[in-house]
Amino acid sequence: MSSVARSVEESPSEPQTRGNPVKHRVEELDSVVVRFAGDSGDGMQLAGTQFTNASAIFGNDISTLPDFPAEIRAPAGTLAGVSGFQINFSSHDIYTPGDLVNTLVAMNPAALKTNLKDLEKGGLLIVNSDAFTFNDLRKADYATNPLEDGSLSGYRVIPVPINTLNREALKDIRLSPREVDRCKNFFALGLVYWLYDRPLEPTLRWIREKFAKNPAILEANTRALKAGFHFGETTELFQVQYRVPPASIKPGTYRKITGNEATALGLVTASVLCNKTLVYCSYPITPASDILHALAELKRYGVRTFQAEDEIAAVGAAIGASFGGALGVTGSSGPGLCLKSEAIGLAVMVELPLLVIDVQRGGPSTGLPTKTEQADLLQALFGRNGESPVAVVAPCSPADCFDMTIEAVRIALRFMTPVILLSDGYLGNGAEPWLIPDINALPRIEITHPTKPNHDGQFMPYLRDARLVREWALPGTPGLEHRIGGLEKEDVTGNVSYDPLNHEKMVRIRAQKVANIANEIPPLSVNGPEEGDLLVIGWGGTFGSITTAVNRARRKGLKVASAHLRYLNPMPKNTGEVLKRYKRILVPELNCGQLLLLLRGRYLVDAIGLNKIQGKPFLVSEIESEIHRLAGT
Amino acid sequence: MPVLRSGTQEANGENMATVASTPLPTLTPKDLSSDQDVRWCPGCGDYSILAQMKKALAGLGIPREKFVFISGIGCSSRFPYYMNTYGFHTIHGRAPTFATGLKIARPDLSVWVITGDGDGLSIGGNHLIHAIRRNVDIKIILFNNEIYGLTKGQYSPTSRIGTRTKSSPQGSVENPLRPISIAIGAEATFVARTLDVDVNHLTDTLRRAAFHKGAAFVEIYQNCKIFNDAVFEYATDKSIKADNTLYLEHGKPLVFGKDRNKGIRLRGLDPEVVTLGNGFAVDDLLIHDEKAEEPSLAYLLSRMVYPRFPECFGVFRAVERPTYESLINKQVEDVIRSKGPGKLEELFASDDVWVVR
Ligand SMILES: Cc1ncc(C[n+]2csc(CCOP(=O)(O)OP(=O)(O)O)c2C)c(N)n1
Ligand code: SF4
Ligand SMILES: [Mg+2]
Repeated sequence: MSSVARSVEESPSEPQTRGNPVKHRVEELDSVVVRFAGDSGDGMQLAGTQFTNASAIFGNDISTLPDFPAEIRAPAGTLAGVSGFQINFSSHDIYTPGDLVNTLVAMNPAALKTNLKDLEKGGLLIVNSDAFTFNDLRKADYATNPLEDGSLSGYRVIPVPINTLNREALKDIRLSPREVDRCKNFFALGLVYWLYDRPLEPTLRWIREKFAKNPAILEANTRALKAGFHFGETTELFQVQYRVPPASIKPGTYRKITGNEATALGLVTASVLCNKTLVYCSYPITPASDILHALAELKRYGVRTFQAEDEIAAVGAAIGASFGGALGVTGSSGPGLCLKSEAIGLAVMVELPLLVIDVQRGGPSTGLPTKTEQADLLQALFGRNGESPVAVVAPCSPADCFDMTIEAVRIALRFMTPVILLSDGYLGNGAEPWLIPDINALPRIEITHPTKPNHDGQFMPYLRDARLVREWALPGTPGLEHRIGGLEKEDVTGNVSYDPLNHEKMVRIRAQKVANIANEIPPLSVNGPEEGDLLVIGWGGTFGSITTAVNRARRKGLKVASAHLRYLNPMPKNTGEVLKRYKRILVPELNCGQLLLLLRGRYLVDAIGLNKIQGKPFLVSEIESEIHRLAGT
Repeated sequence: MPVLRSGTQEANGENMATVASTPLPTLTPKDLSSDQDVRWCPGCGDYSILAQMKKALAGLGIPREKFVFISGIGCSSRFPYYMNTYGFHTIHGRAPTFATGLKIARPDLSVWVITGDGDGLSIGGNHLIHAIRRNVDIKIILFNNEIYGLTKGQYSPTSRIGTRTKSSPQGSVENPLRPISIAIGAEATFVARTLDVDVNHLTDTLRRAAFHKGAAFVEIYQNCKIFNDAVFEYATDKSIKADNTLYLEHGKPLVFGKDRNKGIRLRGLDPEVVTLGNGFAVDDLLIHDEKAEEPSLAYLLSRMVYPRFPECFGVFRAVERPTYESLINKQVEDVIRSKGPGKLEELFASDDVWVVR
């Protein structure tokens, strides 16, 4: 992101508390990308999260990208064990964690090696010089010390002996040397807090709460954080201190939220809106487990969580709960979705509400558990035997996970259908500010259950309303006893039927019912000109990169627009019409072209794909250059 | 702000059936018959099980609408269609999972799982053991015909070694599972075995299962007339069955035989058949204790296999443990009692918030 200085002033730093503050130049920036990188044992995720919280509370717009290895603990100091956390914070609206890093904090040589390629030319590189011993260098496959061999000359390198300074700051605290060293992430964090003039208080408060029962650790982390901050103030290593003023965003109360948190809150909120008990059934899997963890903490809200023996049991239990009249939800990632497919087909057949959450990750098979991808779209739409239509929706940002989860529940209950919500690792773990909604303004989800026979004194489970939706009769209701199951149903009665014409009729009814959902969703809207040379259309987590790229191209005078599909089955009714208003269509996706296939197949448009399958989100520049290639300049 | 519920709004108690204010209905077996034609082969053991099930349930005092039958796939799993209760014919092997979810949501219902030896022990083995281990308050009725009936007669995980079928023309080489041993190994609180043709014993056993609070596992020897006829003849043929079967009774010695002169005693860690009078008295025999906390003796009984031993029928084990759904619901209720019901406003603001003006 741009790091163009807006104004330059000379000013002394924060009031002095220790040492002599050096006079630093202060530069105001629009937007900054910082990445913390270190060994997975170095606490980089924590440092990143704290920095995010402090920036959000300070009032910046934020977007984050955590990046961690699949192994819980790869050997310390190795390339495989590097963990990183990137945050983009800004004084204006941002949609992505940023392409190039302005400031990289590298806690060891391995972190330097794996992250340097993302640091902008001339960028600030803060390295823990204590960690560049012969052994550390060897583990990272460095033949010579990059701090000494001139290979970093294109960057502003700030070597800081973080281990030494941290030990010095904590020397009289009664902790083991190991425990002392574990505080060094807070030292590094404190230093970056100074560099970007962040408030310490949110993190100090967090430390006080987190370590309330362990005064020594509390004191150590507090001191490490402050020592890092004061080091920045007093050292002459930095010429400048930066300020990123608060963003002017829509008024309201905000908090920071990750996609998985937003999904969990969306589920609880939906259960309140529809007045049903949430039964969340899941088998642990990265990157979906955090939803289960979050909900297990929310028993005060009447939530029941069921950790099943596998994903099949999870979806079965969710359907069973739905049959009983609860809000049955199951969550997993791609491998789990594979296992759930047969049961989802059953839910299609018996027409019970069901929400299936897939937090996608790199595949096939076990694939890249901790990396993001969007390659389950066609599986969600078609990955079952028979003609098996389900609704599919996808949030476009971490905070949008809240809205789309409620939307998915609404569709499932109102249409008695399974709905698959396609989140992904990037959305699930990424964070952004969330404007806390006014609960009373959220529309209720009105659901009724029959209490009387619906047809000449008899109950017909497959009698439908005008929208083709059957009634949700609950076990325990006298007089409505009926049987459902996976065998083909006779229209209206729901009795088992092998009649050929009935089968065709039922297949068409089920398809039409799902198609009818399009009558109750918003039309596809466009960002940019209503018609033009190029439409960039995407779905899911690519929203931020696409929007940013299109906005930049428009500022450069190109006639491009963007549109984002949050409803993938059915798609908004005007989708085909929107596509036809542009000369060319570009479909960026983190897969080999799945939405592309759908758009070409359904709307006969000559759309072009931009595809990236690296377990990473799009850089804005990648989409931007493709826009320029297609739209002419 | 709506009030949050601790249970489902439909279910306002564990035992709605027993606290109903209206007088308990008296059901007849006929009230429990659906209007669907029963489509099992003539002579199939499933008919008897269906008839005895209706008889057993009719006498329980539970209203019809409270019963839910959930099955997997197989001949046996067609069962729910023939009961005029709520029913759910699910997918192969997974019935216990649907039943678990239903019971979590609706502890007020009487939930019955109908499964077969293939359904419950092959494709669905995993779910069976976990539903049992959790002690979900469901009744699991496994129709063991030692064959895959619906798919036209392949050997199953309970088929005896040497069983000749279309998929094992030279005879099955696989070691069979003992369903009762599996259930006991899975920490079952209620385990019983009965037979399709012993109608009174079958009805009584189903009734005992119905009264058990927790996962009740019942294996029923069921004759598949078409693909595995007479595999249980040793236990059903009037002329020989007394010597090949042992009916368990709580607190009674393990006596069997046409002349009631044979018994089972323990020799070291192994059971042994002895003839009474022949140097052995009733006092030397094992006494059946279905309530024993330690399941080892029940397990030992489950290992007694014809022809070396008589096979045991009746209740192997019936102990009490809190049900899964009651524990889950208790955690919810405890939190709500100590901290009060949650409010969404508080939940949303549970992280650091900031105000933009
Ligand atoms: C996923 C799946 N695999 C295979 C089948 C085919 N299938 C249906 S029933 C069955 C075996 C049933 O055997 P059992 O459970 O013993 O029931 P029975 O018919 O003997 O009562 C099989 C293999 C299926 N329906 N679904
Ligand atoms: S195949 Fe066997 S088990 Fe199936 S209905 Fe016929 S007799 Fe019964
Ligand atoms: Mg069978």
